Amino acid sequence: MHTQARPIGRPFWTPGVLVMIGFMAAGGLALLSRYTGGLGFATNLTDATPWGLWIGIDVASGVALAAGGFTTAALAHIFGRHAYEAVTRPALLTAALGYTFVAFGVFVDIGRSWAIWKPMLYQNYNSALFEVAMCVMTYVTVLWIEMVPIVAERFGSRFRLLGWLDRTLGKFMWVFIILGVVLSCMHQSSLGTLLVIAPTKLDPLWYTPFMPLLFLLSAISVGYPMVIVETTIATTSLKLDGEMEVLTPLSRFTILTLGLYLAVKIADLVMRGQLGRAFAGSPASLSFLVELFIGGVVPWFMLLSSKVRRSRRALFVVASCIVGGVLLNRINVFVVGFSPRTAAHPYSPAIGEILVTLGAAATIMFLYRVFVSLTPVLSARNMEEVSR
Amino acid sequence: MHLTRRGFLAFLGATAAMSQPAPASAWVSKAPTNPFGCLVDVTRCIGCRKCEMACNQVNHLPEPKTRFDDPCVLNTKRRPTNTAYTVVNSYSTGKLDTQSKPVPSFVKIQCMHCQDPACVSACITGALSKLENGTVHYDVSRCIGCRYCMVACPFEIPAYDYHDPLTPQVRKCTFCLDRLKEGKPPGCASICPTEAITFGRRDTLLEVARKRLAESPGRYVDHIYGEHEAGGTSWLYIAGQPFDRLGFLDVPNSPLPQRTESIQHALFGYLWSPAVLFGVLGLSMKLGNRPDKGGKEKV
Repeated sequence: MHTQARPIGRPFWTPGVLVMIGFMAAGGLALLSRYTGGLGFATNLTDATPWGLWIGIDVASGVALAAGGFTTAALAHIFGRHAYEAVTRPALLTAALGYTFVAFGVFVDIGRSWAIWKPMLYQNYNSALFEVAMCVMTYVTVLWIEMVPIVAERFGSRFRLLGWLDRTLGKFMWVFIILGVVLSCMHQSSLGTLLVIAPTKLDPLWYTPFMPLLFLLSAISVGYPMVIVETTIATTSLKLDGEMEVLTPLSRFTILTLGLYLAVKIADLVMRGQLGRAFAGSPASLSFLVELFIGGVVPWFMLLSSKVRRSRRALFVVASCIVGGVLLNRINVFVVGFSPRTAAHPYSPAIGEILVTLGAAATIMFLYRVFVSLTPVLSARNMEEVSR
Repeated sequence: MHLTRRGFLAFLGATAAMSQPAPASAWVSKAPTNPFGCLVDVTRCIGCRKCEMACNQVNHLPEPKTRFDDPCVLNTKRRPTNTAYTVVNSYSTGKLDTQSKPVPSFVKIQCMHCQDPACVSACITGALSKLENGTVHYDVSRCIGCRYCMVACPFEIPAYDYHDPLTPQVRKCTFCLDRLKEGKPPGCASICPTEAITFGRRDTLLEVARKRLAESPGRYVDHIYGEHEAGGTSWLYIAGQPFDRLGFLDVPNSPLPQRTESIQHALFGYLWSPAVLFGVLGLSMKLGNRPDKGGKEKV
């Protein structure tokens, strides 16, 4: 049961919010060190390992975990499953914030942040990174366009321009919704193409020419679990109804999408003759097994049980495992499995890198809280109404 | 209901089709036909590091901590850095000279100036390019500092100004492009006192290399490193020991951009797949967005 989406009137300055602000401040300091001392001062990046935590988590994982946006939009708006409308707004907000911080992550990571606009002027169509950059740039714009009606619903009458923008864009909103899905499919897969050019550096556990397909399939399968995780956290923290009547049926799609991803992933591994490598006992192989089993196979089997799907707690655990599995996959591909032969020692993130990443995550959560407090994003009923 | 489910499967199918790797046959090499190059004869190198000094001067690099004539730096294995575009390393051959002293092999490393460079293919803005004269050229005015070139390079050569907070550059051998344009060989090749570095057209260098291998088979292993590595490189090496024992990286013979460029162009050439996907989704939207029958979703 839903009410209309509305701003959630809970006290804003909770201890949780203060903790977030603490992380944001620490991240800000680390950022300052990056722009005064350079990447070499703030990070552990080297000539052999030029990409680290910021590319692995802030960019690659950020993109994957924001997949809830396009997967719910496809389901509710394109395939007409209106029962899922309730989760499209929070998923859209997460995607908009997530992608904004993907762009922020890129901005901080590139050595010449001020030159970030240059790919618009100088294009290399052979570069998978160029395509990712163009798609992400366009998609961030599309996401905030899709956010306009939500903000306008609350502030449209107060700010004339916003109301006008809402009415004008409203006529073409279907274009933006489809475009959002198309752009997502393009760059989710192209993120997987990035390391296809480095066969000598990426561990064979992950290196396959099918990486683009695997990245796309994993992004699609992590979309709904991510919605389940964030909805459960948000409704718990804001004392709202858990919306299980939406999340439970939503989780059924994941049986199909995650099953397909895991089938392709395992088949690819077997066909390349690398299955034995997964059990070699090396740190990389352990990371691979955790990714595959705890982050994939085990939660997939658990999802088959309708008891699990109906239990708020169990579904949250299962969805968290899947989210963690895809997150670990991106970290494995870009950090753990990336092992150039001239690296003097394996890369591990510096404290500055960790603080910036945590700060960015805290800022996303903080802004999420700001948006759900000010604009009509969430539609779950207050707990008090449910129990009444 | 049925339509929407079919629509969902069509969506999955279309997206899966979008990310299928395509056959690599359509890919065409963009390598220059007969570029300049250098042939390094490892058996001739005496480890004097004059090449390092010349490189430092031509490229206006900062003075090193240890002098170029100090042989102690040869005790550690070095990689090219952002202040040294070429370095010489020493490897034990296991052989002894007449005074029972071990005879080392010296190997100079720098950018190989690949024929189809991975860095050029990867570079987001085209700041890196392969010139007709063989140089893999870096144009800092286009660079955004993403370091994808460093990720892509199979020889693990490019270095970075990590301690410059705002205007760092990617650093690697420039092939002394300005000298090349004046018709002069690069600094290292000019200064080498033992003619261990021969400058010339790649075809000619390959002939010279083959001739040396044929004339003194005992002196060399039968392999020209760079003839086929990474699809061929402008810098070539011949040596008296297997290359893996001299610190050379094992690199596939196919050009590295082949696979990624084939995938990119098969998927996104003329943006056909996004257009098809847009069409499929638009159609699904039209068919699927009929008023809900009010049925609850299965749990």
